[in-house]
Amino acid sequence: MAAPLSVEVEFGGGAELLFDGVKKHQVTLPGQEEPWDIRSLLVWIKKNLLKERPELFIQGDSVRPGILVLVNDADWELLGELDYQLQDQDSVLFISTLHGG
Amino acid sequence: MAAREEVLALQAEVAQREEELSSLKQRLAAALSTGQESARSVPVSPLPPRAALSREEIRRYSRQLVLPELGMQGQLRLAAAAVLVVGCGGLGCPLAQYLAAAGVGRLGLVDYDVVEASNLARQVLHGEALAGQAKVFSAAAALRRLNSAVECVPYAQALTPATALDLVRRYDVVADCSDNAPTRYLVSDACVLAGRPLVSASALRFEGQLTVYHYGGGPCYRCVFPRPPPAETVTSCADGGVLGAVTGVLGCLQALEVLKTAAGLGPSYSGRLLLFDALRGDFRCIRLRRRRPDCAACGERPTVTDLQDYESFCGSSATDKCRSLRLLSPEERISIMDYKRLLDSRSPHLLLDVRPQVEVDICRLPHALHIPLKSLERRDAESLKVLGEAIREGKQGAQEGASVPIYVICKLGNDSQKAVKILQSWADLDSLTVKDVVGGLMAWAAKIDGTFPQY
Repeated sequence: MAAPLSVEVEFGGGAELLFDGVKKHQVTLPGQEEPWDIRSLLVWIKKNLLKERPELFIQGDSVRPGILVLVNDADWELLGELDYQLQDQDSVLFISTLHGG
Repeated sequence: MAAREEVLALQAEVAQREEELSSLKQRLAAALSTGQESARSVPVSPLPPRAALSREEIRRYSRQLVLPELGMQGQLRLAAAAVLVVGCGGLGCPLAQYLAAAGVGRLGLVDYDVVEASNLARQVLHGEALAGQAKVFSAAAALRRLNSAVECVPYAQALTPATALDLVRRYDVVADCSDNAPTRYLVSDACVLAGRPLVSASALRFEGQLTVYHYGGGPCYRCVFPRPPPAETVTSCADGGVLGAVTGVLGCLQALEVLKTAAGLGPSYSGRLLLFDALRGDFRCIRLRRRRPDCAACGERPTVTDLQDYESFCGSSATDKCRSLRLLSPEERISIMDYKRLLDSRSPHLLLDVRPQVEVDICRLPHALHIPLKSLERRDAESLKVLGEAIREGKQGAQEGASVPIYVICKLGNDSQKAVKILQSWADLDSLTVKDVVGGLMAWAAKIDGTFPQY
């Protein structure tokens, strides 16, 4: 049984517009059988934080192309992507890549 | 208080100078458009290495020459460096300005677009006098005024898969200052194939991002973004807005990375991504992945061995111009001319403006009811009540209590189609005629009312 986790979830680059324009969310993930990983965090976000048009944030069980996931300021690719197991006080940032200039 | 004669004399002289100035501008515009033809055919030979600076150059660059990290050797490298600037907009203008001021030997300037009034708030090399001229010539003229020793090579055309590789090979460092996803993939692939470092920046609203691709074992654009974003998730500066000082900050940071790379100091942002949030005053740097061994462009078995069709890869065009959606059939739409006729004939109807509040604050048609698309998408209770009341009032005003048609309008005619789709899906409205106005308020400004603001 994994204990509840306190995690900072942040959105930027325009991704926050799908979350009522709120960039920083301090969230508590409830205790559950399996450890929390990014895959299950995405399901939790879709259910609890996402306000509109989930297809602009999630595709399949991952984020849509063009969104970069950063855990404690590091690219999630360095940490195992969807399988990264969240730790208490982790900070997870979802940043939409910008194209304008 | 000056004598009246003196005032009159000065006024006459001002008028005369203004006339001269206007004739100068016309000659300049003519000269620029002839230059346009000749520039295309000029072949560019490699810059020779520089062994020494002249006395004038030493005086000019003295403040940076005394920096031990740069010094004479770094300045000589800058003088022999060629930098390709892809895009002469909000990022490219401050970038090119600082590169020219610092004494970079040659600047290649790529942009297919012309100067428009809406560019001037952030594209700081362009001035009012050259509106309508190609951005590359406007930028080259401004850079020449700043530093005539810098060789500017304007390319008044879009970067295409046919031209990009040849062009990139003629330059030492490339700066991506473009404004759309297909061009970003194109520039990155060309840099990988040509073996050039790519200093990339982007900006939107109050945010900016900066990194250096394909340098010293770091990732390329495709390593980080192997799949393109869905076209409907990409927001342009025209749609989302952007503040000039934000592109200015990013363009200057980009200039720093180019200068360090060209001078041999090496960039700071290879494998790192800088996130700038101007609204919160926040600079944040994150660690990116290394080069991916399975990357399609820079991996061990690359599949991108030639430049491709990036517009079809991304499902969007290589511009930041607004897309025209086609969600409705022609019968579900009305032209701006037909809407004007209907309005003039006082035919009862309801005009529904679905733009965001911030755009309604810029300009509006006084008789329109305003409910943002977002409120319709969310079925916001208060908005539904307002709409229901407007429909009831319309019925009372119409003959024999018939339902009045609803015409939906927005800025350009995209959101209005989405709104029509939503209204059509509501069962209690299915007896109503709901159409959208093709081209929106910008068509109203262009075809009906020349005094209506365009934004």
